[in-house]
Amino acid sequence: VTHSHAEIIDATYRNEARRVLATLIRLLGSFDVAEEFLHEAFVAAAEQWPRDGVPDNRYAWLVSTARFKAVSRWRRQARLAGLCLDEPPVDASMPGAMLPTIQDDELRLIFICCHPDLTQDARIALTLREVCGLTTEEIARAYLTTAPTIAQRIVRAKAQIRADGIPYEVPERAELPGRLESVLLVVYLIFNEGYSETTCRSVTRDDLCTQAIRLGRILVDLTDDPEAMGLLGLMLLHESRRSARVDTAGELVLLENQDRALWDRGRVAEAQILIERALGARRVGPYLLQAAIAAVHAEAGSTHDTDWAQIVGLYDVLCLVDPSPVVALNRAAALGMRDGPEAGLNAIANILDGGSLDDYHLAHAARADMLRRLGRVREARAAYERALELTRQRAEQRFLKWRLDQLTALQSQGTSVSNDE
Amino acid sequence: MRYACLVYFDPEKVFNQRQTSAGLRPRPEAEQAVRDSEPYNEELRASGHFVAAAALQMPDQAMTLSVRDGKTSTTDGPFMETKEMLAGFIIIEARDLNEAARIGAGIPLAKLGFVEVRPLLNPP
Repeated sequence: VTHSHAEIIDATYRNEARRVLATLIRLLGSFDVAEEFLHEAFVAAAEQWPRDGVPDNRYAWLVSTARFKAVSRWRRQARLAGLCLDEPPVDASMPGAMLPTIQDDELRLIFICCHPDLTQDARIALTLREVCGLTTEEIARAYLTTAPTIAQRIVRAKAQIRADGIPYEVPERAELPGRLESVLLVVYLIFNEGYSETTCRSVTRDDLCTQAIRLGRILVDLTDDPEAMGLLGLMLLHESRRSARVDTAGELVLLENQDRALWDRGRVAEAQILIERALGARRVGPYLLQAAIAAVHAEAGSTHDTDWAQIVGLYDVLCLVDPSPVVALNRAAALGMRDGPEAGLNAIANILDGGSLDDYHLAHAARADMLRRLGRVREARAAYERALELTRQRAEQRFLKWRLDQLTALQSQGTSVSNDE
Repeated sequence: MRYACLVYFDPEKVFNQRQTSAGLRPRPEAEQAVRDSEPYNEELRASGHFVAAAALQMPDQAMTLSVRDGKTSTTDGPFMETKEMLAGFIIIEARDLNEAARIGAGIPLAKLGFVEVRPLLNPP
């Protein structure tokens, strides 16, 4: 297959631009200057590659072109200002010498974008734009807000980085776990954005998930941290189910109904190795626990064969390590599988009494499920309808409507709903 | 994606006067920004961001009209009488709003006035 030069440059932009940017920030000292000369380097590529051929190492070509252009601009400005020429304010090391630090540059960029001094919103916006290469408008659509809101968040975050003198560096080992926590959360949120149905159309979901997994791999490779391994394992396990998760008509398929033959066994195996390795470190965090739970599902041939006792046990630990109503809800759903729908229903009722999940559609959907399995059709219907009111995700709406239709069909046949799946 | 960078400033700050008269000259502190404006457009041409640009005459040279029930009525002067006037615009091609904002911040007259960056509707 031959590609036009425009296609080659587009592909290079997609694959290399962020890494080039990461290095240019180090060499040129600021996000804005780096972005400007990244653009200039691609303009030069569009001009020169069709004429001179595509360089073997596009990354190195783009970095040295951008740096050359930055240095010439600086010289020109110095001359105009009548200054005598001193060393340019950029790192003048040769391209060859900077190759081993590509990954370091990526990690530097990740750590500065996820710096704990920045607000959570700013970290996500910066990482999505600077590390993942999304546009302001794409981020705004993904987060159901306006482009100026996101643009301002990014401009202010960069101004704060400059004003506070936040260094462009990988943190010291002692600082690493705390700094990493903030990075992992951002990666996790990006993955979820890619995995969820609400993501805007112009960003392919695969792409966001691929980016998050790529970030996860870099973090595991360079930090060897058990929670980074847990997060990567968790993302790989979710990703392994991608083709089983949606049917040919685009309908969401719940875990219990998925064709497990479609699960990507290669990803599952990679995740299992990571989880094993991480558990050996004896520092158990929330990502690792969620990954371990997902791994128990991955090992089972069906919902019926699933080791629900182990899943409830893992949720018990997760409730201690990282308690939240959503974790409690998931534990209740697992309890419903281990001990039957009555037990599940009681646990969910307790959580809903707490009030914080009253507007959470999955809480009502889980409750509806227990009621359906108990044959309490009227109450199940009311709970599914409440869940339907609360969800905006189309696939979930379709699924809840399907459940409601099922109940209607059963009611009209006058049969009771059996409680086994 | 295309964006308009709309440049506003207070003519008294830049020209020391609100009305056009012969020999409109920038104040000394505005000279540099006015002189740098065309070279900045050249820079944007070279980098491929430039689409179009224009500087506008003073608002006292404007007339405003409206058509209601087929009848045209006119007034002299700009649509809005404000201290800051719309002085010109640059249409640019940029990857996203943040890139457009970076380019807008480089407009020399942003040092004296304000640059409103707005995406064009239905980008070609």
